[in-house]
Amino acid sequence: MSFTTVAAARPYVGAPRRGPLTRLLEDERWLGGLLLLPTVVLLGLFIAYPFVKGVMLSVTDARVGVPGHFVGLQNFEEVWNDSIFRIAVWNTCVYTLVATAFKLALGLWLAVLLNRHFRGKAITRAFILLPFIVPTVLSTLAWKWMFDPTFSVINWILFHLDLIHSRINWLGEPNLALISVIIVNVWRGLPFYAITLLAGLQTISPELHEAAAIDGARAWQRFRHVTWPLLLPVTLVVTLFSVIQTFADFQLVYVLTGGGPANATQLFATYAYQIGIGTGLLSQGATISLAVFPVLLLVVIFQLFYIRRVETH
Amino acid sequence: MIEGATWRRWVFFYVPLTSFVVLLLFPFYWMVITTLRPDRELYRPWNSVNYNPFWTWHPTLSHIRDLLTQTLFTTWLMNTMIIALSATAISLFCGLLGGYALSRLQFRFAGLLGTAIFITYLVPQTLLFIPLADIIRNFHLGDSRWALILTYPTFLIPFCTWLMMGYFKSIPKELEECARIDGAARWKAMVYIIFPIAIPGILSAGIFAFTLSWNEFLYALVFLSSPGEKTVPVGVTSELIRGDVFYWGELMAGALLGSIPVAFVYSFFVEHYVASVTGSVKG
Amino acid sequence: MAEVVLQNLNKNFDDVYAVKDVNLSIRDKEFMVLVGPSGCGKTTTLRMVAGLESISSGRILIDTKVINDLSPMDRDIAMVFQNYALYPHMSVYDNMAFGLKMRKLARTEIGRRVQEAAEILGIETLLGRKPRQLSGGQRQRVALGRAIVRHPQVFLFDEPLSNLDAKLRVQMRVELKKLHDRLGTTAIYVTHDQVEAMTLGDRVVVMKDGLVQQVGEPLELYNEPANRFVAGFLGSPAMNFATVAVRDNAGALWAEDDGIRIRVPGQIAGRLGRYCDQQVTMGIRPEDLHVAGADDPAGLTFDAAVEVVEKLGSEILLDVAVGNHTMVASVEPDVRINVRDRLRLALNPERLHFFDAASEAVI
Repeated sequence: MSFTTVAAARPYVGAPRRGPLTRLLEDERWLGGLLLLPTVVLLGLFIAYPFVKGVMLSVTDARVGVPGHFVGLQNFEEVWNDSIFRIAVWNTCVYTLVATAFKLALGLWLAVLLNRHFRGKAITRAFILLPFIVPTVLSTLAWKWMFDPTFSVINWILFHLDLIHSRINWLGEPNLALISVIIVNVWRGLPFYAITLLAGLQTISPELHEAAAIDGARAWQRFRHVTWPLLLPVTLVVTLFSVIQTFADFQLVYVLTGGGPANATQLFATYAYQIGIGTGLLSQGATISLAVFPVLLLVVIFQLFYIRRVETH
Repeated sequence: MIEGATWRRWVFFYVPLTSFVVLLLFPFYWMVITTLRPDRELYRPWNSVNYNPFWTWHPTLSHIRDLLTQTLFTTWLMNTMIIALSATAISLFCGLLGGYALSRLQFRFAGLLGTAIFITYLVPQTLLFIPLADIIRNFHLGDSRWALILTYPTFLIPFCTWLMMGYFKSIPKELEECARIDGAARWKAMVYIIFPIAIPGILSAGIFAFTLSWNEFLYALVFLSSPGEKTVPVGVTSELIRGDVFYWGELMAGALLGSIPVAFVYSFFVEHYVASVTGSVKG
Repeated sequence: MAEVVLQNLNKNFDDVYAVKDVNLSIRDKEFMVLVGPSGCGKTTTLRMVAGLESISSGRILIDTKVINDLSPMDRDIAMVFQNYALYPHMSVYDNMAFGLKMRKLARTEIGRRVQEAAEILGIETLLGRKPRQLSGGQRQRVALGRAIVRHPQVFLFDEPLSNLDAKLRVQMRVELKKLHDRLGTTAIYVTHDQVEAMTLGDRVVVMKDGLVQQVGEPLELYNEPANRFVAGFLGSPAMNFATVAVRDNAGALWAEDDGIRIRVPGQIAGRLGRYCDQQVTMGIRPEDLHVAGADDPAGLTFDAAVEVVEKLGSEILLDVAVGNHTMVASVEPDVRINVRDRLRLALNPERLHFFDAASEAVI
């Protein structure tokens, strides 16, 4: 048979001459390094380098077009004593905490609702994500129009429901402005929470609920003792990620109020923009930006420890 | 499990769910309606009588027409599309290679690099935009789309890498081992065997990266200044306000048309998008 | 000539020593089976030959060339994996053609080889299908076909039949044997199943804890095991073991324990002599026990109480209690016996084994 003769006749070939490049690419260590090179270059150039530069800027007195001299912690002192900065600290904290709390609660509620089977579930789920998909500034513009002092459709609705008689100046009233901004943030972020928590809920076997029900637990108890603990890991990850994004939020406030009225909605990001880009005081702007860093550090450390602990389980 | 009477189902399920859906989607409805309403119907104070804001009997395309012909909207659309596609391509490239390296290869700094990339994922643009503005200027990239094409990957790559890592981990390593014995070099086994199998993951990551690029605002605002270079989000918010007057018809038309490409892409790949959102959290 | 030689092969993963000092010579065209329990190092050894694991120390030679530093693609070998490892995104044809494409063979040549291999394995009609459309047995054949088309010098098999159901496994075993007869390529086959080892191997290597226990032809290992482990590993039901004391009584050696008093046959008595008054392990296979008849010498029999009767049709397995020992005897299917019966069993003296109690080596 031709097959066996072909198979037997050939002497052992093996070891064709391989060039140095081929040998290099076969080595796990070199290949790994090479594959990660583009990433490391891009991230190094546009994240690590700016970060270092930002820190350096904050200890100089640079302005646009004017390279600065080293001034130590002077910027930090000035910024700390700046009353507007203090307002920004307060605003950002309130903004983050309140918005996150609502996003979590409402997101969870929506996730629980979506966890049941009903007709049109897939379509509903798809539409629910729209606030998150659509570019933030564009949907925020719609909200700005909805909040417009003269033409607000919300006011129209409330007026026709006989709930108000004089207009609500959603974005013009200092106290109300922060609330309005929080509302928009919750509107935008809630789908993200809902979808990820829904995915988490779907990994909880229904048999656990059934067993608990047979054991006599009512709906609320089942939630508290079965659902919530099993959902905690996903909840933590989502919340931590969302917190850092909310803390550093810029787009929403920029479009809705620009930081006003009277700094009622001024956040770190918008203030940094105003000072650094608006007035060109680069070093001070950089200093304000760095205010975000402590929270970032906390979140990162928490995530790392938490993930380490989850992985060792 | 809401057992029992119909009223319970209505109170605890249908009413809340419908409320959520209505509240979440109303602003988009408002966008559409405003775009189609003629100017004379738009500017009616909130407490005027005989006024139904939710519908119009005289829909008009004039806002859209004005938007497309009298502003640079189409240019912005083109810019944003090019930037989003390029940034997505770069990020997918880096994410694919990096994800493979971190999940399938053993080498000394793998753990460290993986953690570092994870950390960069958390760094918000707000922290970096001021020094970055300076750096962009020094590289002579200011006011050009390259400034964004090169900086957007900074928040896209970590996510793509992460997602691809998850995907690769689910592919049995025997496939590569077999390919290598069959005669493929390591990198060939990666390209011919692993990557084709991971195409669903690549799609998911790509869609998500695309939508994230469209959404970016701060860098675009800070790095671009000429009207002709701007992206849709920046253009619509800055150029459509003349003086102190807001042309809401055109603004909403801009908002609507600016959202459509993203929503369109999203609609085809909903499953993939949801997979990547949940994948990003499961990490 | 595709002989594979392993010289002083060692592999350690940090402080776990998976393969210890393995020396093996596999002849050209030989079908060598590596068998042993999980964790014995057989798969690690195979993977070192494949190039998928690095070698901690020692050498591997194929056709007198040292291949330690060659990457898998340069070793001219083909491997069949336990889970088949078929490329899910490619058709059967492309799966089989992949290796040949990587080696830049001409399209016509590739087509010829794939067709040839497909005919040998009976899968010509499946060439256009994707792996997910195939049954387990069909996938196995495609995996084999993928290896065959390469015309390698050495085939490596990593427990290829473990994922098949029992009936299919028996069928594939026969086909593998026929395939090897037809192709004549050197093969190294790893399995934990001793039946596969016995039926497929030209020679068999039994491994345990990273060490080679014995190398030889299947029957040689079966009839003359080098140590207690090999004796107990091959053969089903397994060999019966009993710890006995060697006593000298009236010039003859006796192996004694509770319920057992066996006169040591002459051939072995010589070797057993120095174990007098010590404990050794005695071994006898179930099929070498039979119901004692009138002409069985008393010194080769013992009393047994039947605990379980397993009628297999071709034989009857008796689980018996001998003193405080339990043994299994395989007797003719026409023996009439019931549970709780007492009977006398005789053993075949030429099939008696003794092992050192400490080293477990055969005496």
